[in-house]
Amino acid sequence: MSIISAYIGRVYKGLRGEILVLPSRTIVLLFCLTLLLLPLITAHPYYLGILFMASIFAILAASWDLLSGYTGQMNFGHALFFGVAAYTAALLNLHFGLAPWLTIPLGALAAVLAGLVIGVPCLRLRGTYLALATLAFPLILIAVVLAIPNITGGELGVSGIDPLSGSRTIDYYIAVTLMIGLGFVMWKITASKTGIIFHAIREDEVAARASGVNTTRYKLLAFCLSGLFAGIAGGLYVHYMKVAGPSTLELLLSFQVVIWAIFGGIATIYGPIAGVFIIYIPYTTIMSSLPVVSEIRMLLVAIIIVLVMLFMPEGLTTWVRDKIEKVCPRCKMRNIATRKSCRVCTADLG
Amino acid sequence: MIEGIIITGLLSGGVYALLAVGFSLIFGSARIINLAHTAFYMMAAYLIFTFASLLGLNLLLSVILSIVAVTIIGVLTYNLVIDRVRGHETTALIVTLALAIIIQEVMLTPWTFGGHFLRVPSLVSGYTTILGIRITYQYILTFGMVLIILLGTWALLMKTKLGIAIRSTAQDREVANLMGINVARTGMITMAISVALAAVAGALVAPLAILSPHMWMHPLVMVMAIVVLGGLGSIKGSLVGAFILGFSETLVVFLVPSGAFLKGAVALAIMLAVIMIRPEGLFGVAFEEER
Repeated sequence: MSIISAYIGRVYKGLRGEILVLPSRTIVLLFCLTLLLLPLITAHPYYLGILFMASIFAILAASWDLLSGYTGQMNFGHALFFGVAAYTAALLNLHFGLAPWLTIPLGALAAVLAGLVIGVPCLRLRGTYLALATLAFPLILIAVVLAIPNITGGELGVSGIDPLSGSRTIDYYIAVTLMIGLGFVMWKITASKTGIIFHAIREDEVAARASGVNTTRYKLLAFCLSGLFAGIAGGLYVHYMKVAGPSTLELLLSFQVVIWAIFGGIATIYGPIAGVFIIYIPYTTIMSSLPVVSEIRMLLVAIIIVLVMLFMPEGLTTWVRDKIEKVCPRCKMRNIATRKSCRVCTADLG
Repeated sequence: MIEGIIITGLLSGGVYALLAVGFSLIFGSARIINLAHTAFYMMAAYLIFTFASLLGLNLLLSVILSIVAVTIIGVLTYNLVIDRVRGHETTALIVTLALAIIIQEVMLTPWTFGGHFLRVPSLVSGYTTILGIRITYQYILTFGMVLIILLGTWALLMKTKLGIAIRSTAQDREVANLMGINVARTGMITMAISVALAAVAGALVAPLAILSPHMWMHPLVMVMAIVVLGGLGSIKGSLVGAFILGFSETLVVFLVPSGAFLKGAVALAIMLAVIMIRPEGLFGVAFEEER
């Protein structure tokens, strides 16, 4: 009994000391709890479906951030990973009857391979050249998909795929827990030594190389990791939609990922996730149900994005975080903006 | 067959050249990847339709009006929006993308054109026969205009003081500033030239194509492939790249069955193959990393 109470005490202490001290972490906690508890309030398949899609796209946007936000290897063809995983999972499921728990990891593996394939040639390219070269890969793959319709189903895509679980609520929980879990994993990766090296590559690759970092290896690692997470999103998408079509490779999807991630704030992981939820959910719910607004919702979203980016050029979450928190000048720890002294080193925050 | 390939290749290469040169100019002098570039091209075509078919103005007048209007709109967006986020590279990227989507969606709303496929009448009609090949006057006019405007742009860049200012700003913004060049104003003028080139391309293509609000996407991809192929910021590279990819697209469409699906992919594959061998493109300078 005392063990349990000691354990609860530790959890409470950890919660108070690590999460509730910072408003940004509190918001993340509240967000996760809301998502996890939502099916208790409403089990309406429509809302669960929208949140399911939002979770998938959040994984996708965060994986873009891991690659492009952190290492600065601007990827304009992120739909490649999504589409490769989607088609792999769909074909494996259709022809070999593999279950979703097997096809999704295999699809993600295919996306990792795709990351290697585009990563190796792209290592020679920098900056804008890289961005514009990556754009080409999914578009070439679309042409291949359309050229061999007896395997890929052409424009209609591969259909007749098994559903994820059969129950909407279980589907929802799979997507949401995966989104939270993978988001946390990505955040942990970026907070590790690898993440610091990713930062260094973006800020100054020459200096990173001069410091003895094998930047080539780390850039490839970033491509593969990003492909892995984006691939999981692609696999989930296929088993939810039960069809893998060319739309998973489209230019628009690649662009959307970039918009969500930069709107939310790059090099944060949580920024792109917030970006997806803030743009995608109103877009599919409120804006599509109002009579006049639904006709021009894309126009409105684009205008809002331009206005927000004008005033918060670093992205929405970064702007909000800088308003509610400040960095201790001495130990670089984050503190809530209302504190007078740092919570760690008690330095004066001014 | 072969004459069809030559005519279509020259024409699409010429139009791509107009677009790519503009894209390259604004990338060079302001370091912006202007994803809204081809949206201005689409806007020009739609404005010609508005002036000529809806308001019933003289066709030539409406072409000139629409080019002027698009240029003004382009400069305004540069001043009010793009220039303010120029310091943040990624932000500038999605702002231009959002601008492109805004232009597309304005064309799509039920109160404007509502996504119908539209046509614009030709400036000239009829055709002539050269060496036994039938060529419509519209093609000749389009290609002639492309040549004149490209030559004019070249003369502007190479022979005038403004051209020197634009090129030096592209080479090194800070040093250009130190040499007394008004960098901000040069950027604005470059944007005006760039958008005007896109608008001219739109005006030239409008009678030959079917207008749709999504007509900016394919040229955008092609233009990006062209400037990478030719070398970013290099005007000569953009020209050569435009004709290479314009001809390769045409060849695929003419020679390969169901080539319409594959034309973009083949062009992109050529671009990839070239930059695998020469990462700085055909005429790009392998510049030291900017810090």
